Amino acid sequence: MININEVIETNAMIEKENLDVRTITLGISLIDCISDNLEKLCDNIYGKITTVAKDLVKTGNQIEREYALPIVNKRISVTPISIIGASACRSCGDFVQIAETLDRAAKKVGVNFLGGYSALPAKGMTKAEELLIKSIPGALSRTDNVCASVNLGSTKTGINMDAVLLMGKIIKETAELTADRDSIGCAKLVVFCNAPDDNPFMAGAFHGVSETDNVINVGVSGPGVIRSALETVRGQDFGTLCEKIKKTAFKITRLGQLVAQEASRRMNIPFGIVDLSLAPTPAVGDSIAEILEVMGLEKAGAPGTTAAIALLNDQVKKGGIMASSYVGGLSGAFIPVSEDHAMIEAAECGALTIEKLEAMTCVCSVGLDMIAIPGDTKATTISGIIADEMAIGMVNQKTTAVRVIPVIGKSVGESAEFGGLLGTAPVMKVNSYSCDDFVNRGGRIPAPVHSFKN
Amino acid sequence: MQKSIITVVGKDRVGIIARVCTYLAENNVNILDISQTIVDGFFNMMMITDTNNASLEFLSLSEGLEELGRSMGCIIKLQREDIFNQMQRI
Repeated sequence: MININEVIETNAMIEKENLDVRTITLGISLIDCISDNLEKLCDNIYGKITTVAKDLVKTGNQIEREYALPIVNKRISVTPISIIGASACRSCGDFVQIAETLDRAAKKVGVNFLGGYSALPAKGMTKAEELLIKSIPGALSRTDNVCASVNLGSTKTGINMDAVLLMGKIIKETAELTADRDSIGCAKLVVFCNAPDDNPFMAGAFHGVSETDNVINVGVSGPGVIRSALETVRGQDFGTLCEKIKKTAFKITRLGQLVAQEASRRMNIPFGIVDLSLAPTPAVGDSIAEILEVMGLEKAGAPGTTAAIALLNDQVKKGGIMASSYVGGLSGAFIPVSEDHAMIEAAECGALTIEKLEAMTCVCSVGLDMIAIPGDTKATTISGIIADEMAIGMVNQKTTAVRVIPVIGKSVGESAEFGGLLGTAPVMKVNSYSCDDFVNRGGRIPAPVHSFKN
Repeated sequence: MQKSIITVVGKDRVGIIARVCTYLAENNVNILDISQTIVDGFFNMMMITDTNNASLEFLSLSEGLEELGRSMGCIIKLQREDIFNQMQRI
């Protein structure tokens, strides 16, 4: 039988160390909504989402109350809209109409984000994908809860550099259209290499075509719990450090598994995966950078940071894999700058640079995330940053992503305020040397030799 | 039987257990086990209970206990046991 010390330990993690389930994300296939008539398509989409997801928030709240375990977000991911809208949409405006429909549906069921305004031009770009991508700035500026993502490459296909070039411009344009709110549109837009089909985290969640009709995916959190656990092994060797992370990650992930199973049972929707990611929030004590500091680094970004994050990421997976029957999504340690107060401090004092963050993304999920850059950064420079990150993902057979925010009207030394979970981002310096001639070449970068495994 | 865990945390005083037990008896909740300890100077009590035949819905029972806790200056939580089994047992 459970004893009082175990109960006290679990509740202390929740009450004092910010342990929570970060998101229950309901994946909904919209394939059966497809029509060549835009009005009919939008009606189908609205009808399907508001029917399938009608109990999502209520069920999430019930589970939260019964276990006294916070479930911070209830969200929805849908089939990439470039596929769903392909036969009905003739213009960017048509796609924006779908985005507005998604936004209405999200508001109706009470979720805070809906992901899947997406295109997957990893190798080539269809006409519909091009239209969707070009509609992203308009769609994100005219909706509140819709998130967009674009998969620009993969280990199997190489990198679609035409799409990389285009996304530099689209990110810039999105920033300009939401300039009055510190370019917040870009916080809802992410580009990927090797995008997973079952990611529950925003902005990159979409319901992949390899998925069943509806599925429940859960993202756990708990940097605060790991940090507190590591306080007890200060000064001890790496073996002890790793063992501690592994055991703690196991416990955190078990709660994700429990919530996923319960949500699945109560909503009668299959359980998909638990995403093992350690996701920080702006709250003090809920930070990845604090974990690095407890490991022995003065600030995130100090020499040793890449090794520390590699170790952390690996041990979180080793502990988490046994705790859940199905693991998927992004599963790693997130390093979003704006959502982690100690990362913000490290960036402000100069300890952490974009180049160091890029190195960190080689060994952990997911990428250059929530990084504010000067508003006058050229579109081609953003494309160059994206190309670098995509190359890391392609060669290392892992997911990488870029979610940068060129904050219009702001420069290094200033900061952007997004509010809520998205936090505050100090504008970081970008290498100003040109990559114009490189990114303007056009075409695609072939898949690396180690992708040919057949 | 699905068990539920009640935890009471606060400053020790006369009658806490009595009042919680009375409330549970009034609502037909059976107590299977009680243990208590002091952590950081605070009184911590845990009860393992059977709430299956309770006269109130789980969430109403939970709210009633929270209210009772507030009236005594302590924090009372009702949680399904699964959360602890999942985390603490393989």
